[in-house]
Amino acid sequence: MENLLEIKNLHATIDGKEILKGINLTIKAGEVHAIMGPNGSGKSTLSNVLVGHPAYTVTEGEVIYKGKNLLELSPEDRSHEGLFLSFQYPVEIPGVSITNFMRAAINAKREYLKQEPMSAGDFLKLMREKRALVNLDSKLANRSVNEGFSGGEKKRNEIFQMAMLEPTLSILDETDSGLDIDALRIVAEGVNKLKRPDTSSIVITHYQRLLDYIKPDIVHVLYNGRIVMTAGPELVQELEVRGYDWIKNENQ
Amino acid sequence: MKKKNNILKKIANKAYEFGFVSKIKTDIIESGLSEETVRLISQKKNEPEWMLEFRLQAYRHWLTLEMPQWAHLDIPPIDYQAISYYADPLKKNKDNKNKEIDPELMKTFEKLGIPLEERLALSGTAVDAVMDSVSVKTTFKEELKEKGIIFSSMGEAIQEHPELVRQYLGTVVNYRDNFFAALNTAVFSDGSFVYIPKGVRCPRELSTYFRINAANTGQFERTLIIADDDSYVSYLEGCTAPMRDENQLHAAIVEIVVNENAEVKYSTVQNWYPGDAEGKGGVYNFVTKRGDCRGNNSKLSWTQVETGSAITWKYPSCILRGDNSQGEFYSVALTNNYQQADTGTKMIHLGKNTKSTIISKGISAGKSQNSYRGLVRVSKNADNARNYSQCDSLLLGDKCGAHTFPYMDIHNNSAIVEHEATTSKISEDQLFYCNQRGIGTEEAIGLIVNGYAREVLNKLPMEFAVEAQKLLSVSLEGAVG
Amino acid sequence: MMGNEQEYIELFGQNREIIDSACAALLNSKRQDAFERFKATGFPTRKDEAWRNTPIAKQFGIDYGMNLKRAEADVNAATIFHCDVPNLKSHRVYIVNDSYSQAEGYSRELPQGVILGSLNAIAASHPTLLEKYYNRLAANGDSIAQFNTMFAQDGVVLYVPRNTVVEETIQIVSLIQANVEMLLNRRILVILEENSKANILLCDHSSQEKQSLSTLVTEVFVGTGASLNIYDIEETANSNTRVATMLVDQAADSHFNHCCVTLTNGFTRNSISVALNGRGADTSINGLAIGDKTQHIDNHTLVDHNVADCTSSELYKYILDESSTGVFAGKMHIHPGAQRTVSQQTNRNLCLTTCAHMYAQPQLEIYADDVKCSHGSTVGQLDESALFYMQQRGIPADEARHLLMYAFAGEVIENIDIVPLKERLHILIEKRFRGELGKCKGCNLCK
Repeated sequence: MENLLEIKNLHATIDGKEILKGINLTIKAGEVHAIMGPNGSGKSTLSNVLVGHPAYTVTEGEVIYKGKNLLELSPEDRSHEGLFLSFQYPVEIPGVSITNFMRAAINAKREYLKQEPMSAGDFLKLMREKRALVNLDSKLANRSVNEGFSGGEKKRNEIFQMAMLEPTLSILDETDSGLDIDALRIVAEGVNKLKRPDTSSIVITHYQRLLDYIKPDIVHVLYNGRIVMTAGPELVQELEVRGYDWIKNENQ
Repeated sequence: MKKKNNILKKIANKAYEFGFVSKIKTDIIESGLSEETVRLISQKKNEPEWMLEFRLQAYRHWLTLEMPQWAHLDIPPIDYQAISYYADPLKKNKDNKNKEIDPELMKTFEKLGIPLEERLALSGTAVDAVMDSVSVKTTFKEELKEKGIIFSSMGEAIQEHPELVRQYLGTVVNYRDNFFAALNTAVFSDGSFVYIPKGVRCPRELSTYFRINAANTGQFERTLIIADDDSYVSYLEGCTAPMRDENQLHAAIVEIVVNENAEVKYSTVQNWYPGDAEGKGGVYNFVTKRGDCRGNNSKLSWTQVETGSAITWKYPSCILRGDNSQGEFYSVALTNNYQQADTGTKMIHLGKNTKSTIISKGISAGKSQNSYRGLVRVSKNADNARNYSQCDSLLLGDKCGAHTFPYMDIHNNSAIVEHEATTSKISEDQLFYCNQRGIGTEEAIGLIVNGYAREVLNKLPMEFAVEAQKLLSVSLEGAVG
Repeated sequence: MMGNEQEYIELFGQNREIIDSACAALLNSKRQDAFERFKATGFPTRKDEAWRNTPIAKQFGIDYGMNLKRAEADVNAATIFHCDVPNLKSHRVYIVNDSYSQAEGYSRELPQGVILGSLNAIAASHPTLLEKYYNRLAANGDSIAQFNTMFAQDGVVLYVPRNTVVEETIQIVSLIQANVEMLLNRRILVILEENSKANILLCDHSSQEKQSLSTLVTEVFVGTGASLNIYDIEETANSNTRVATMLVDQAADSHFNHCCVTLTNGFTRNSISVALNGRGADTSINGLAIGDKTQHIDNHTLVDHNVADCTSSELYKYILDESSTGVFAGKMHIHPGAQRTVSQQTNRNLCLTTCAHMYAQPQLEIYADDVKCSHGSTVGQLDESALFYMQQRGIPADEARHLLMYAFAGEVIENIDIVPLKERLHILIEKRFRGELGKCKGCNLCK
C-alpha cells in the first residue's frame, strides 16, 4: 500500500513555545489512525499544523502528503488536495449562509481541479443528498455557518461539510466532545458511511467513546509533543482501564 | 410603579457621617489669588527657587485659560478670589520649626477611623494624613525607608529629594494640560510622594487620607508616585470634608510613573461632603489623575468609588507607552440628591500589544446627574491594541439622569476595541422577592446596588472594600423620591 | 467666527434680490431668520463637539459657482440616468444640480390627493400647506441647515393625505451635471398625514470630475399611525462633498425606517435627527458606509425620545479600506417622562488597512428610569479564525475575505423592505468589494 501521509521529525511552536517535539507518523491509504493522549499533549496542535493554521510555526521536520511537500501549500490548497479538519471548536460566521459558504468551497475546489463550476441545480441536489447523511435539518442550511448552533449541530455540520468535500484524509479533532450519545452515534455513522477504501482518517480523542463507533486500525498515544506508544486497537481498552498516568510516569 | 416609589420614599435620609468640623487653630492665608499668593505659598513651604518658577509659570498660563465647559455638568460660577489657597492646622513653635500635632487633630483623624499612631494602624497600611493644605503625619516611614521606599509628604520630598521631584513632577500632567491642572500647579500645597526603587515590592498598602477642615479654603493637593523597574505598590486614597453651607474647592493632581515591569494599583474612596438634600454646599472636586506606563510590561490599575462631592470632574487615565503595557479602570460612581458627576477615563494606546479594560458602574438617584465619559485612542503605531469597555448605569427614580459618552479614536487596523453600555433599574420584582424572603426594602436596595457594583468593589483592598460597601448603602438612603 | 463664512454672508447680501426673484414668496420668507442665525455662528469648527472629526468649513473654501439665477441645465435627466433598479416600479422625479426636473416617461398615476413635485412650484400653488411645514424643523437646525435655508431655491415635495397608501416607490434622483465647480442647495419636504404610507428611494449620483458641494435638508413629518421608509443611496464621486441633514418628526404610533448606504463618495456628512413626539412611535435608522481612497464618511444620529412608550433601534456599519476615515456619533436622548422607552444602538466597524481611521462615539443621555437602553460599538478586523476555517474548507483567502465583508454589510441591507432594491444593493455591494463599481467609464453606475 502507498503512503498517503508521512510526518518526519515534526517540530512546531506557538508564540515561541514548542508544542510538537519530533512527531513521526505514517498513514497509508485506507487506514484509520486514532491519536489519544492527555490534555495539553499536542493533539490539537498536530491537526492545526497539518492544515496550515497560521498561528503555528513549523521549526523542523517535514510532512509529505500524496508525494508533495504539504508544508509548502496554502491552507486552501491543502483543502483542495483532500485534507479536511473537523474542528474541535467550529467557528461561527455570522451572515454567511451554509449554502453560500459550501458553494464557494465546492467551486474553489473545482477551479483548482480545473473543472467547470457546479450548476445551481446540481449543487442543491448534492446539498440535499449529503444533508440526509447526517440528518442535518434543511432549515439549518439556510442559517449562518455555525451561528447559534448547539454543540451537536455544529459537529453534524462539520461532518456534512466533510461529506460535501469528499476528502482523502480527514482529521476528526475531538469530534466527540460535547456530544450526547445520540448525536455521537449520528456523527459516527456519518463518518463510517463516508469511508472508502482509498480514504484515510485520523481520529483525535481523549476517550474511548468515539472509537467504539469508528474502529481504528492503529492507535497512537501522544504525550508531551511526541508519539510515545503505537499499538493495535486493543490499546484503547487498556487506556480506558489504566488512564494516562502510567504513560506519564514512564515518560518523565 | 407608584407603589414602589412609595416604598422607596419611606427610607429616611441619613446625615453625612463625616460632617463634623474640628476646632483646630489653623494658619490661613487671606483669600485671593495673585502672583503674591503663589510666592507666599512657596515661601511658607520654604521652597527652592525652581519650585517657585514652576508655580509661577503655571499661574501665568492659568490666567489665559477659561473653565472647561464640555462636561455634562452645571457648574455655578466660582470666584477664585474668594478662596483661601493655604490653610495649615499645625501649631508652630517660636522658631517656626518642629511643628507639633494638636491633640484635637489627632482626635479628628481618630474619629475618621484613621489612627495616626502606628500601634493602632490598620493591618499592613502606612498612612499619610493631609488636612487642608498640609501633611499632618506620615506613618511607618522608617520601616519603609529600610527598603529604600520613600513615602512622605510632597513638601518634605521637595526638601529632601529635590532631584527626584524635579525629574518627575509635571512630566505626566503638564501645567498646560487643563484649567485645573494649571491652577493646581500654581498653588498646590501638599500631598504624598512615593518612590519605589527598582525590584522592590512595597510590603504595606500606602494610604493618604485627605480632609478639608478650614472654611473657605480650597484643597490643592499634589501626589506623585514613581514605581521604578520591577517594583510594585498598592496605594489608597480616602477623602472627607465637614458639612458646610458654602462650596469648597478641591483641585488635585495625581501623577504616576510606571517603569519597566512595574505595577501600580491606585484605589480611591472619595467621600467629600456632597451637599445637603437641597443641593446646598458640598465639595467641587476637579481632579486630574494620570499615569504614564513608560516601561515595557508595565501595569497601572485605577479603582475608584465615588460617592461624595457636589460636582465631580475626574478622568483617571493611562498612557500606555511601553510595549505590552496594561491599563485598567474600575469605577463605581454614585450620585444622589443634587450631586453631579462627570467621570471616566482615557486610555491612550501608544506602545505595541497594549491592553486596556474599562468597567464603569454608574448609580444615579434623587435629582442627580451621572455621566461616564471615556476616550480610547489607538495611535498609528500601537499594533495589536486591545480594549474592552463596559459602562452600565443603574437608575433609582425618574428625576435623575444617567449618561454615557464614550469616544473611540482608532488609527491602527490591528486594534480590537469593544464598547458596551446598558441601563437598568431596580425592578419591583427584585424588591418584592427580597421582601418575601424577609429582607427590608432599604437593605434590599443596598444589597442589589452592592451586587451591581461587585465587579469593581472586588478590585479594592479588603478594608477599603468593606468601607466602600457601607458607603454605597449609606449614600443611597433617601435616594428615591 | 472666522474663515469662509464671510464670503457667503456677503454673497447672500449682494444677491438677495436675484435669489428671491426666482422663488416663491414662502421660500423667501424664511431666508432672513436663517441668515441671522447663520451669521451668529458661522460654519462649525472642530471645537464644535458634533464636528470634532469632520472639518467642514474648509470644504466651503473652494470658489464654487451657485446657480442663483436658475439657469436651466440643458439636459434630459432621464437620458443621463440610465441606471435602474430592475423590477422596481417607481414614480421618478429628478433634481438636476439643485433644480427640480420632471422626467419624461416616468410619471405614473398617483393616488388622489397626493402631491409630488417641485418645491418652488408647490410653494407657490399650495402656500397654506407649505407654510405649515416648510422650515418648521430646520429653523432650529445647525448652521449648515440655516445656510441651506438661506440659499435653497428648489427641491421636491411629497404630500400624502390621510388614509392614503402610495404603493409604488417614490424615487427621487439627484444628479450633478455641470462643467464648473458647483455648490448646490437641495431641499426635500415629506409630509405623511395620519394613517398614510409611502416608500421613498433617494438616489444621489455624480460622476462629475469637477469639485462640487451639495447641501441637502430633508424635513419629514410622519403623522399619527403613518408609515414611511426612506432609503438613501449615495453613489457620488471623490470630487463630491455632501452635507445632508434629515430632520424627522414622528407622531403617535407612527413608523419610520431609514437606511442610508454610502457606496461611493468623496466627503460626506449625514446628520439624521428623529424626534419621537407621540406615544407608540417606532423608529429604525440604519447605515452602511464603504470607504476607500481618502473618502470621509460621517454619520451623526440623534433620536429624541420626548414621550413615553416609544421604541428606537439603530445599526450602523463601516468598512474602511485604504486611507478612508469613518465617523459615527449616535445619541439616544431619553427625556424626562419618556418611560418604557426601548432603545438600542449598534455600531460595528471594520478597518482593513493601517491608514484607515475610525472615530466612534455612541452616546446615551437618559432622564427616565423605566427604560431599556443599550449601545454597543466595536472596531476590529475580519475574524481571523473564520478566515482560516473558510480556507480549510478550500475557499481562497481573498474570496473568504469578500464573503465575510459581504456578510458584515448584509446585516444592514436586510432592513430594507423593498425586495428589488435589496437585491440590487446586494449586487452593488458585491461589485463594490470586487472593485468593479468604478470600472465602466463615463458612468460608474452599472446596468
